Amino acid sequence: MQALKDTWTMTRRSLRHIVRSPDTIITVVITPIALLLMFVYVLGGALGAQTGSVKYIDFITPGIIIMTVISGIAYAAFRLNTDIQKGIVNRFRTMPVAPSSILSGQALSSTLSNLFSSLLVLAVAFAVGFRTSAGLGEWLLFIGLVTLFTLATTWMAIYFGLQAKSAEGAGSFSYILMLLIFLSPSFVPTSSMTPVLRGFAENQPFTPIIETMRSLLTTGTAGDKAWIALAWCVGILVVMYGLSIWQYKKKTLATNS
Amino acid sequence: MKTAITVQDLKKSYKKNDVLKGVNFEVESGTIFALLGSNGAGKTTIINILTTLMKADAGSATVGGFDIAKQPEKVRQTISLTGQFAAVDDMLSARENLELIGDLRHVDNPAQTATALLKDFDLTDAADRRVATFSGGMRRRLDIAMSLIGQPSIIFLDEPTTGLDPEARSNMWQTIKALANGGTTVFLTTQYLDEADELADVIALLHHGKIVAKGTATELKKLVPGGLIKFTFHDGEQLKMATSVLKQHYKVVEDDGVMLTVTTSGSVSQIADLFARLRDAKLEPADFSQQIPTLDDVFFKLTGSKKEEK
Repeated sequence: MQALKDTWTMTRRSLRHIVRSPDTIITVVITPIALLLMFVYVLGGALGAQTGSVKYIDFITPGIIIMTVISGIAYAAFRLNTDIQKGIVNRFRTMPVAPSSILSGQALSSTLSNLFSSLLVLAVAFAVGFRTSAGLGEWLLFIGLVTLFTLATTWMAIYFGLQAKSAEGAGSFSYILMLLIFLSPSFVPTSSMTPVLRGFAENQPFTPIIETMRSLLTTGTAGDKAWIALAWCVGILVVMYGLSIWQYKKKTLATNS
Repeated sequence: MKTAITVQDLKKSYKKNDVLKGVNFEVESGTIFALLGSNGAGKTTIINILTTLMKADAGSATVGGFDIAKQPEKVRQTISLTGQFAAVDDMLSARENLELIGDLRHVDNPAQTATALLKDFDLTDAADRRVATFSGGMRRRLDIAMSLIGQPSIIFLDEPTTGLDPEARSNMWQTIKALANGGTTVFLTTQYLDEADELADVIALLHHGKIVAKGTATELKKLVPGGLIKFTFHDGEQLKMATSVLKQHYKVVEDDGVMLTVTTSGSVSQIADLFARLRDAKLEPADFSQQIPTLDDVFFKLTGSKKEEK
């Protein structure tokens, strides 16, 4: 009970930070939106031929949303590391506060703000022609999957936020995740890739997640990768949550003294 | 009197660097205890261990009667920590910072607690401004105010006046004294000898990971000789004569060409004898003074280091 109350207090604090620095939201959505426009208007003509019956904008929208989430979670790592550097986390740690609440507050606020950013990006996608036949059920599954993915990768961000020596370096892990988006069927089908790359692309965690999202929006079914996608999300979540809590309890957090 | 903190044979190393090499002390309830030491002496490490942020390699300690290793939760309910740098949330207002801590300490009415503390710490006018705009002194005041929420019985202050201007420093001293008068135990670290002298009931001097001296300021000052008499002469010739007259009976040190420091026992008869010998040799010092030992002298004597090293 107390842990829940503390988590809510921490989440509210972190949400205030996000609301008071709207520039972070803008920074998060600007790259995915720019790429979306570039892919649709510049490259879409050429690449659209690869995607068969699926309209190119409908094809790339799931990948663009994943990209939004990845650039958003970097801020969770940044915010957590800033709190550590300033000694705020140490202040909380010497108080009778449930240990998990400090990290969970960041995780929840990051998830909420990333869902909001994703919504903004989705609105732009709609504006430039994205359409779907998905009904309420598919939309709920879609939102559920994005939420789970955000939560899982946010805990990854928390782990790196705990590890990083500086707030600026805390988000650098997200560049690697960004690369994974390009090495997946986000923008082109894997069938158009070279064999080695294709082998990697078809087996990396982002692929089943993006394909399931796309399947929900274009065909109205979860597709055959849904369970693999779910397994990856839950697996990442459990491992990163465990590592983060362990790291948090074990480690003496260095402030900038 | 009850004991608020006991520390027994506390040891801590970082890799091969032994920071604490067996530290022992006790702090009585309701007193101000100052841990005095230069930078890198291990002060913050002791604070980190006692406030449950860090585990000791060996030894034991109790805070508020609770074992820090076995009952860290209980310890956290008893204490509060104000770290070396004001751990305040820049993105929130002063009031929001206080309410946040009130929520986390589960006080009955966080808003009311915040309003009262804002008034006590002279922050009412700035209550709704973002803390990012605050001066160093204001941040420190807010930091301490946040530490008082939930009425912890033991307060740890890690270098509470480092970086403050003289006025803010003096205000902080008043606050710390008021806390102790109200029955709170204050554990503070400082590298300023005058601060320890001014505030502390008991001072422990930490040097290279060990407590090298402990006692009241008066007790510590007795560790250095009190009978230093300093003479200034009109010229070097008189100085030389005085030295030759006195050096058979006293330890004398010349410096600056016209000054002479004589070590006596500090007793009236010795001082009288000293002056009698100068008079008999027809030597008239231009000036003289008795050196009252300060904590600086104690510090230098016990650590053999210069203060500039910090």
